[in-house]
Amino acid sequence: MATYNLKINGKMHETDADPSTPLLWVLREHLDMVGTKFGCGLAQCGACTVHLDDVATRSCVLPVSQVGNHEITTIEGLSEKGDHPVQKAWVEHDVAQCGYCQAGQIMTAAAFLKKNPNPSDEDIAAAMDGNICRCGTYLRIRAAVKSAAKS
Amino acid sequence: MEKTKTNYSRRSFLKSTALTGGGLMISFSWLSEFAFAGKPGIPDVGGQFYELTGYIKITADNIIKIFNPNPEFGQNVMTSLPMIIAEELDVDWKKIVVEMGPHDNVKLGPQFTGGSNSVRMYWRPLREAGASARHMLMDAASQTWSVPLEEVTTKAGTVYHEKSGKSGTYGEFASKAAGLSIPKGIKPKDVKNFNVVRHSQKNVEGTKIVTGKPLFGMDYTEEGMLIAMIHHPPAFGMKVKSFDAAQTLKMPGIKDVFTLKLYEDGFEQAGFDTRSFNDLLVVVGNTTWEVMNARKKLIVQWEPIGDLTEKKNNFGRKQDVVIPGALESSVTQYKKMQDKAKEPATLLRKDGDPETAFKNAAKIIERTYTAPFLAHNCMEPMNFFAHVKDDSALLIGPHQAPGWIEPTVSKILNLPADKIEIRMARMGGGFGLRAYGHYVVEAALISKKIKAPVKLVYSREDDMTYGIYRPMYTATYRAALDANKNLIAFHVKGGGIPESPIHQNRFPAGAVDNYLAESWEIPSNITIGAFRAPRSNFNAAAEQSFLDELAETMGKDPIDFRLELLKRAKENPVGKNNEYDADRYAGVLQLIKEKSGWGDPANKKYSRGVAAYFCHNSYAAHVVDMVKKDGQPYVERVFSAMDCGIVVNPDAATNMVQGAVVDGIGNALYGGLTHKDGVTEQNNFNRYRIIRMKEAPKKIEVHFVQNDIDPTGLGEPPFPPVFAAVANALYKNTGKRVYNQPFNNDLITKKAF
Repeated sequence: MATYNLKINGKMHETDADPSTPLLWVLREHLDMVGTKFGCGLAQCGACTVHLDDVATRSCVLPVSQVGNHEITTIEGLSEKGDHPVQKAWVEHDVAQCGYCQAGQIMTAAAFLKKNPNPSDEDIAAAMDGNICRCGTYLRIRAAVKSAAKS
Repeated sequence: MEKTKTNYSRRSFLKSTALTGGGLMISFSWLSEFAFAGKPGIPDVGGQFYELTGYIKITADNIIKIFNPNPEFGQNVMTSLPMIIAEELDVDWKKIVVEMGPHDNVKLGPQFTGGSNSVRMYWRPLREAGASARHMLMDAASQTWSVPLEEVTTKAGTVYHEKSGKSGTYGEFASKAAGLSIPKGIKPKDVKNFNVVRHSQKNVEGTKIVTGKPLFGMDYTEEGMLIAMIHHPPAFGMKVKSFDAAQTLKMPGIKDVFTLKLYEDGFEQAGFDTRSFNDLLVVVGNTTWEVMNARKKLIVQWEPIGDLTEKKNNFGRKQDVVIPGALESSVTQYKKMQDKAKEPATLLRKDGDPETAFKNAAKIIERTYTAPFLAHNCMEPMNFFAHVKDDSALLIGPHQAPGWIEPTVSKILNLPADKIEIRMARMGGGFGLRAYGHYVVEAALISKKIKAPVKLVYSREDDMTYGIYRPMYTATYRAALDANKNLIAFHVKGGGIPESPIHQNRFPAGAVDNYLAESWEIPSNITIGAFRAPRSNFNAAAEQSFLDELAETMGKDPIDFRLELLKRAKENPVGKNNEYDADRYAGVLQLIKEKSGWGDPANKKYSRGVAAYFCHNSYAAHVVDMVKKDGQPYVERVFSAMDCGIVVNPDAATNMVQGAVVDGIGNALYGGLTHKDGVTEQNNFNRYRIIRMKEAPKKIEVHFVQNDIDPTGLGEPPFPPVFAAVANALYKNTGKRVYNQPFNNDLITKKAF
């Protein structure tokens, strides 16, 4: 066990955890921030995506001991009122079916658009390819990313 | 063109629920008996609410809540079912509040998500519920104002009396209306006047989803809750012999390690009491990560289970099922199917004289198709919360059919059903797997044993290797042609491990004079169950690929060939038990022909594959347009036609069809689960390939047949024919017919047989 001070969504959080504990489980079970989802535990599906500084990161394989002073943003902190352009585009395109993967999809898309505000379809597919949607909402995800890019 | 046989009549609905649910007959007593007081455990609605039927609550200051009765797993019933109530209640959709209802089969009906049933089974009851509540509010206003009921009207949550200029919100009359008895025989609206239903409404939980609110079972937590995981045997056919938990118990946060039996010996398993393993080795601790780590330290000796007999009671059909104990491998499973296919099989249907027709045929075409086990791979792994006390139990989590699992939980915990409260969480996918109740019972037994609130969590590896899979299937199709290349006989003989896929009364049965359908099964200890459009998902793939090849041999256009057969089935049907409506079937083919520009030379650049299918009382057809991308076949666009009667929420229904197309392409090309000596060989997404964005089409254009038929199935019917449309397009694209799923393997390695 060790004590970690994590900057998450602009606030400091102190927690005791085994150093090997993935950030995912610290968020979900130590800090009760459950918007970040457990999907595979192997960085294969993207459901657990958060931002480490501005970089989309798979929190299920990132030990809490590696976070250091990097700032973490989760789906809960992407915007104050749920009105980040990507979130708005997701609602506008009514993307979700079951919805379980969508927080991860949104976090990947938001980080990607920051780097590439004017993406082609191929750019979007390349950026989003690590995020699985078992319901198959990829066409709407792509449309929502394009809409968000325009706004 | 409304036909009663394709609709869910009230009578057939009551009958079928009585058959499958035992006691669900009374689920509509809400219309005859008014219940004022809410059942304890109904989600907190706050304030003074008046209940009008089990589905609707209204406060004096006009807050209108509509409860969604059915479990939500992404089919969007949380929105579409309340829309049906709102339509008849006549309220402003933008102003109502929608909440998940409690589990209460008496007040809220069957509460079962599966079989593409949600909208079709609730369509009439919810319309009646909304219309009855509206009537009660009008009645209350008429009494208050002392005006004739016939002169009272409503609009968007307000009651009016035009002559006197009086008006009042529903809230003003809710208290009085709640004291009136629920009327009978209230006529719902004319469908022509719908202004909520048939108009696209956004997912009522859309904002919660995109802001990460705790909606899913996996998100549930409460003070003092522990985490449990099950260490299951490494192979189907094995069980725990002995274990040493000394190291595990020394790990931080670990509370207990123990074994327990899911079902006691001789337990009579209900239809959905399927489970992969009965002897559970359980680790309980404070957090998931601690339990995951500690579980790795267990030292376990496993032993073969050997053959065993299970007592089953499948909705009244009692049987003893012998489960073979041998450790199975995919290679030998395919060989077993190949051998079994040569043996005599069970006759399912015979029309005319197929033997003679085949004997006299000028040409016989015979093709064999196979498909592997498939894992559901819901994005949210299986999980459930349970807090079992001496005299009550609280269960919270994702489940498609809480009403089916409650009797089992009741028996196993030895608690009456009314002491068991089940709360339905939004499901992170289901696809049929969450109709099975093993993980609910597991959670309940663990909580009972440790006397604490606990959440059972499956890792992805648990979820994938501890599954209730889509069975392995095969079918051999034969067609006899005369010297003029006319189809004179059709034969299908199919089977699977451990169930047969064959639907003997579906197309092309009814369209061919001489027809034969046969079936066989091979028992297995690998657990199987419903997977999006069970059996149909294989039949459509095989049959619709075969029809494509048949049309080619006969020199006919594949759509025109099907339409010819359907014309025959309509005008002069063979046999009496044909399940499909030939007109509606032809309707989707005609629509897809038109919308896809089937004959348009501009589309020649695409390798086009077509397929259609009937299941869940609905009709679907797709045209898949394939190209080569980076040297690989790629489905660039798809045209889809659906006839599912009235479409409640068009944009969400389009989403559902698009998702089914993507799911179909993915499973057709990549899906497959294999075993070696009982061990499931794929245990995470690095080994089990799921379709990703790069492989998804650029465009999926969905068209619905416009008619006023009561809604039929939507979630499943568009899925099965995708497989065949992909196979038929692959043939055009690569010059090779594919017979074995997943097609990606078939193209590369020619696996299976």
